[in-house]
Formats: sequence, C-alpha cells, structure tokens
Amino acid sequence: MIRPDAPVLLEIRDLHARVEDKAILKGVNLTIRAGEIHAVMGRNGSGKSTLSKVLAGHPAYTVTGGSVTYRGENLLELDPEQRARIGVFLGFQYPVEIPGVSNLEFLRVSTNARRAEKGEEELDTFAFEDLVRERLKVVQMDPAFLDRSVNEGFSGGEKKRNEILQMALLEPLVAILDETDSGLDIDALRIVAGGVNQLANADNATLLITHYQRLLDAITPDYVHVMAAGRILRTGGKELALELEQRGYDWVDQELAALAAEVA
Amino acid sequence: MSASLAAPAAAKGAWLEGWLAQLPAACGELAPVQERGRQALRQTAIPSARHEDWRFTDLSLLQTLPLAPAAAATAALPAPEAGAFRLHWNGGSDPLAGHALPAGLQRLSAGEIAQGLGHTLAAAGCQQHWPVELNHAAAEHVLALRVTSRSQVSLELVSAAAEGLQALRLLLLLEEKAELDLSQLVEAQAAGLHSLVVEVHLARGARLSHGLVALGQADAALMANMAIEQEPESNAQLSSITSGWGLARLEPRAVQVDGAAHTTLRGLQLVDGQRIADTHSFVEFKGPEGQLDQLHKAVAAGQGRSVFNGAVRVPRAAQRTNAAQLSRSLLLSDRARIDTKPELEIVADDVKCAHGATVSSLQTDELFYLQSRGIGADQAAGLLQRAFCEEVLRDLPAAARSWCSLERLLEVAA
Repeated sequence: MIRPDAPVLLEIRDLHARVEDKAILKGVNLTIRAGEIHAVMGRNGSGKSTLSKVLAGHPAYTVTGGSVTYRGENLLELDPEQRARIGVFLGFQYPVEIPGVSNLEFLRVSTNARRAEKGEEELDTFAFEDLVRERLKVVQMDPAFLDRSVNEGFSGGEKKRNEILQMALLEPLVAILDETDSGLDIDALRIVAGGVNQLANADNATLLITHYQRLLDAITPDYVHVMAAGRILRTGGKELALELEQRGYDWVDQELAALAAEVA
Repeated sequence: MSASLAAPAAAKGAWLEGWLAQLPAACGELAPVQERGRQALRQTAIPSARHEDWRFTDLSLLQTLPLAPAAAATAALPAPEAGAFRLHWNGGSDPLAGHALPAGLQRLSAGEIAQGLGHTLAAAGCQQHWPVELNHAAAEHVLALRVTSRSQVSLELVSAAAEGLQALRLLLLLEEKAELDLSQLVEAQAAGLHSLVVEVHLARGARLSHGLVALGQADAALMANMAIEQEPESNAQLSSITSGWGLARLEPRAVQVDGAAHTTLRGLQLVDGQRIADTHSFVEFKGPEGQLDQLHKAVAAGQGRSVFNGAVRVPRAAQRTNAAQLSRSLLLSDRARIDTKPELEIVADDVKCAHGATVSSLQTDELFYLQSRGIGADQAAGLLQRAFCEEVLRDLPAAARSWCSLERLLEVAA
C-alpha cells in the first residue's frame, strides 16, 4: 500500500559494505515507508543477502560508507539485539539450528526482549504459551515444534515457518525476509506467504529478497528493485518482476555494461 | 596406565609426610586398608608432570589444603525425590545409624566387605593409583550396600563438608536384575580435599545409573575414582558433573568381565579462573559383544584448564565390541586450555570403535541468530552454553539433575 504521506521507516543512503576484503555493497539507496512491501530481486552475488545481513548487524560485514536510518535513528551504530528489539527483523535464508535450546524458550526470551523495549510487561511461561499457540495459526504450525530444539531436525519448510512464527511474535516494523521462498514446495510457499500477508499492515513494512517471481505471485509488492553489482539498478512496480521473469537477468548485465561504459 | 609409582624419597612432599605423621593410628574395620594406603603413600612419589597420566595436571594445590577431618556441612537441596532414600554421609561416621533401609537395600556383612573391598578396584586396574591410596590411607569407614535381586532402589548420597579432608569410600553390590539410581553430591563449602572411591559390582542383568554432582571452590580439590565391574547383560551409566574445584581429578573406570554388557559414560567439567579439571576414563572389554557409549564435555573459561583422556581396551576376546567415544570441548577464552586425547587399544579385529574430539568456541552464526531476535550477547552466550551442557545434564538420574541447574554450575565455576 503506497501512501506518500506515510512515515519513513527505513532510509538507506549510499550504503557501502564489505565482507573480509571484498566490497559487496557499492552504493545502495532505498526508502521504505510504513505500509509498503518492497521486493529486491537479483542474481546470486548481486548483494541482496549482504544487504539483509548488514541491516540486521551481522558481525562478518563491515559498513564502509553511507547511512541507514530507522525511524530517524542511526541503525548502524546499534548492536544486532538492539535492532531486533526496536523492530527490525531478519528472516534468515538459512535459519540456524541450535541443538539444546528449546524452541519455546527461545521464542519466549526473544518475545520478552522485544516487549520490554516497547514498555510492555514480560510474559510468564503460561501467558506466553497462550500467545504462541494463537500465533502458530498464522503459519499453521504444529505445537509439537515448540518442544524441539531451535530448528533442529526441521525440514526446510518448517524452518521457514518458524521464521514467520518469530515474526508474528516479535511484531517488527520492518521485516526483511531473505529468500524466504527458497527450499519451499508449493504448499509451504502458500502458507509462508499467507503468514506474511496476514502480518503486513499500514504501520509496518516488508522487504522481500528473492530470486523468483513465484513469491511475488503470493505476496504483491508495491515496489520491485533490481539489484546488481552491489547497487539497486532499477526500481519499478510489480510489473518489473514480471519483466525480469520473461527477459531473465541478461538485460541487467547489458545495462550494467552500458553503465560501466558511461562511467569510463 | 600407571601402576604404583616407585620414585625417590625426594619426590615426596613434606606436606604429605606431615599429614601421614599426624594421622591417628589405623583402626576400625578399615585398619588393614589404612595401613596399606599409608605405606604406599610413603613409598611412592606424588604424581607429577613426569608421569604420563598426570602430565597436564599440577597437584601443587594439594600442599596448601587443610587436611584435618572435615566436619559435615548442610547442602541446600530440594526435598528427596519421591520414593528416594537420602543419606547424609561425610565419611567420618556410620551414615546408616538410626536409619531403616528401604526394601531392596541391605547392609553388607563384615565378611562380605572383607571379600568385596578392593575387588573391583583391582579388576579395573586402579587399586594402586595414587588417589586411591590416598583414600585408603584416610577413609575410616566404608558405606557398603547391596541391592537385592530384582529390586529397584533410588538412593541419594549427600556429602557436603566444611574445611578439611573428606574421605568417602563406597562399596555396592547389585544382584541379578537389581536396579539402582544413585545420585551423589560432593560439595566443598570451604578449603579442603575430597577423596571419593566407589566400587560397584553389577551381576547379570543389573542396572546402575550413577550421577555424581561435585561442586567445589578454588581452594578445594576433588580426587574421585569410580570403578565398576559388569557381568553380561548389565547396564551401567556413570555420569559426573564437576564445577568449581581448584583441582578435580576423576577416574571413571568400567570393566565388562565377559563383555556383552552396556556401559554409558557421561562427563561434564567446567573450569574458569585458574582451575584444573582432569578426567581419565578407562573401559575394558574382557569378552565379546560389549557396548560403550561415552560422551565427555568440557567448558573452559578464564585461564581454566581441562584435561580428558579416554582409554578403551578391546583385547582379542572382545570381538563384536561396539564402542563410541566423543569428547567435545567449548573454549570460551583464549587463555583457557583444553587437552583431550582418546587412547584406544584394539586387538580384536571384528569391532566398531568410533572416537572423535572437537574443540570449538561459541558459533558466530548461532550467536548472531539469537541476537537477531533481540537476545543480548551475554544471554545468547549463556543459552548456547546451557545447550552445550544440557546434553550431559539431561542423562543424570532425576535427583542429581535437580541439584545442578546450569546457573548453579556457572556460579560455582567462576
């Protein structure tokens, strides 16, 4: 839902970042307002996943230039946990398995960390169980998953559903979903996309990172951005995704080459 | 494996000489054993880095410890588990006095003690190990019990001590198909030395689950030898959790006298500060088709030092043995140190013997995942550490499990 007067939640300006000695992001610009759904598409290696990890504060990535402002606050100077607490959520492409940490306890501790930040009271075990059982419906998850270790032995689809469950509990204002569609069969994709749609509202925003149009059949984006070589090369509406689907990424390469020639 | 340590008199510590000199004359039911232990200590050297089995484990803390007999202290524990029999035991008096034993549990007669005492230590090849001789020299009583055939008993032994020396000697006989859950707490509440020697004989089809929770402090040392002898079809699990000791040396040892038994060994040791924890385990299969499942874990922080040596012997008679040993260590500081070594001696040719060792720090990806959900770095590290320990803690008998929350272990460790 595009409303030009909606408040800006996330403002990315000329963002540069590297991992080890390799520059990956080379000047990303993106403005996200409340109520909007953005999709970032691009080939492997274009910098999509790096963008998501930099926004969440992964320690392996170093920001070398530019700025990211979240609701007027400098996001880049915050620890990953603080970013999460104030409402920035990263749905992982590969959710991490943590044997020995119970999923239920993990969800409770993280939910309470977010609630404390919002000035809401901490939920005890019983109150939290009620909440989590209600939110499980968003992704049609079996409560049995709560008793297992975090993501341990989960199928690809179960892991992604667990990510969306976390999103449902944390109620972020900006949710960045990194290839949430990868590894999902049709049914799981439908459930996960249904969850994302249920959680999207006029006050929050979603940034989908994906290779494929098929996720965008299920979640309609307001904006589609094409990323290549560490920058957003082109921005359009949902029709841009369809164009990409039809023409492939080759024309992106041609545009890049043209751009390079221009600079030279 | 070291047998007796013949060494020049110069290697003996003055502190040990002094202690031996002021011990009361050997007396009581263990008098001959005391004599033997004292003699052995006089004639052998205190283990040092020159002895392979003690290469990494510095015993110098011992010379600073008060060694007068320790008074009993009170451990803060929840009420006994339903149906469990709890004994407070400090080694200095008969813990059974005034107690009616539960069904299935009987005191051994003097004749049975004379016959059984030391038998399993000898079978497990540790009757002359220095920590065992130390116990021989000091222990005044033996707690000697039988679990009768087909009975199920749940026993809790609580040994919390004030300053000084606590020497505990335990002898257990499990008759055919007897089952025993044994939760044991050894806790130092002040400076001192805690010596524990356990012998258990499991008859055919018997089952033992032994969980030792040993909580110490920087100026206290623990020397524990737990030896079990297993007849075929018996099932024994030895678990030990140690935290906080300035020095802890554990020697769990199991011998399957005719193979065809099941042995499970679990260990978790936490070291912080300048503490040392050392586990030297030993398992021997004297017949075919025995099984071993061993997991040893260590968490080393500060300048702590963890040592693990896991010996497994599979002689020619032990065909179709199936043994697995895994050592996993978590290194939380770049000044902590882990030494871990499997020691497999396999002669039989038709066996499965797996072993592995990992040393790692907390995984960045796991930490980041937790942090990205709003969980602070310290809390995330705590959750991961708890997860690491949980794999051992969850296998403890119920009472022992309830005695060692990770919070408690970490509090003691630091």
